[in-house]
Order: sequence, then C-alpha cells, then structure tokens
Amino acid sequence: MTVDPRDELVVHLPALRAFAISLTRNGSVADDMVQDTVVKAWTNIDKFEPGTNMRAWLFTILRNTFYSSRRKAKREVSDVDGIFTENMAEKPAHDGHLQMTDFRTAFAKLPDEQRETLILVGASGFSYEEAAEMCNVAVGTIKSRANRGRKRLAELMHLDADGPVELTDKATVAVVASNGKSAF
Amino acid sequence: MSNDTPSEKARQQIDANLKRVFREQEQVELPDRLKDLLAQLKASEEGGKS
Repeated sequence: MTVDPRDELVVHLPALRAFAISLTRNGSVADDMVQDTVVKAWTNIDKFEPGTNMRAWLFTILRNTFYSSRRKAKREVSDVDGIFTENMAEKPAHDGHLQMTDFRTAFAKLPDEQRETLILVGASGFSYEEAAEMCNVAVGTIKSRANRGRKRLAELMHLDADGPVELTDKATVAVVASNGKSAF
Repeated sequence: MSNDTPSEKARQQIDANLKRVFREQEQVELPDRLKDLLAQLKASEEGGKS
C-alpha cells in the first residue's frame, strides 16, 4: 500500500483557511480561495514531492491564487467584511481579549505583502528562507517586509513606548467604538 | 524609536500576538462546503474509476 498524499490535505485545511482569511480579510472570499486551492492541489498532487512540507506547498498555491485574482481585479475589494478583526470585536471582557481586538485591527491595516510575511514567519513558524521560496522573492525582501510589518504594528500598538499598552475602561470604549465603524 | 526594527521586546509581543490570532482563527470550525469538499473530490474520483 502506498500512502496517498491527498489524505494529508485535510490536516492543513484549518491553517490554510486562517492564512486565506488573513490575506483576503473577507470570509467568503477566503473560502472560495481555499476551495480553489484544494481542488488545484487535489488535481496536481503528482507535483507534490512526498517528504516535503505540504503546508508550504498549499500556502504557495493559495497565495498564487490570491495574487493572480488581485491582479485580475485591479481594484480594491470594497466589501471587505473585516472578519479577521470583527471576530473578537464584540465584548471585550478582559484585558487580553481587548488587546487582541486592537492587534487584529492594527494587523488588518498592513499591506498584503507584510501581512502575508508576518503570518508565514511570525505566526506559522516558517523560516525566512522557506517564506522567501514560497513568495518567490529574495530572503532579504522577506526580512525587510517582516521588519517593516513588525515596526508598523509596534507603532500602531504603541509597543515601543513603555512596556505593554495600558488597558483602561476608557480604552475599552474607544476600541469598541472604533470597531463599530468600518475597520477599513 | 526611529530605526528600522522594533525593539526585541516589541518584536516578541507582536509575534506572540500573531501566533495567538492565527491559532484562534485555525480553531474556528470549517464551513460545511470546505468540510465536504475532500469527500466530494474523493467520491467523484471513485465514481470515475468504476
């Protein structure tokens, strides 16, 4: 019996969807993109090299799908539903929760390339080299995107001031208010 | 801070947040159409073979 690598696809679906949502910032567009990616992977499974990282392979297919559809669209998606920020935007029950809402809002403001890079190297544990290969750019480009993204987040979150952000009731009100409006 | 890289402490906080956001998103249940997709692909292939 040989192992069919397609059986492994299911394991990566939650991460693939999370990556798609972070790229598209729109739940239904993300699901379309995951569906396209899975169909492409299924039909091109012979191009997957067993023993290599399937998650990296799937993420690469997904990001290629994303950028080619973005090029085709040639316009900004206007009906962004902000799913990545709104998931947590309702009831800021405690400080950790609040800070996450703030963080999601800040993250959603970054350019696509920086969000993508930070998800790959900051959140998913890919090395700079792996991310560079997946994005088809130089390692230095990935490092620079990651640095710029982290720097911007630090500014938006005021992390380089003095220690962690003070979270007060006033801040809670401000965050809830800002999330009530369009996040973008 | 005016240099190109955030402080090490800020970087660690940002990456911890990134991981948490990503992990939470991963834990959201998949929509049915994605859950059913692989079964459908498998079924259509088996249907094609027989």
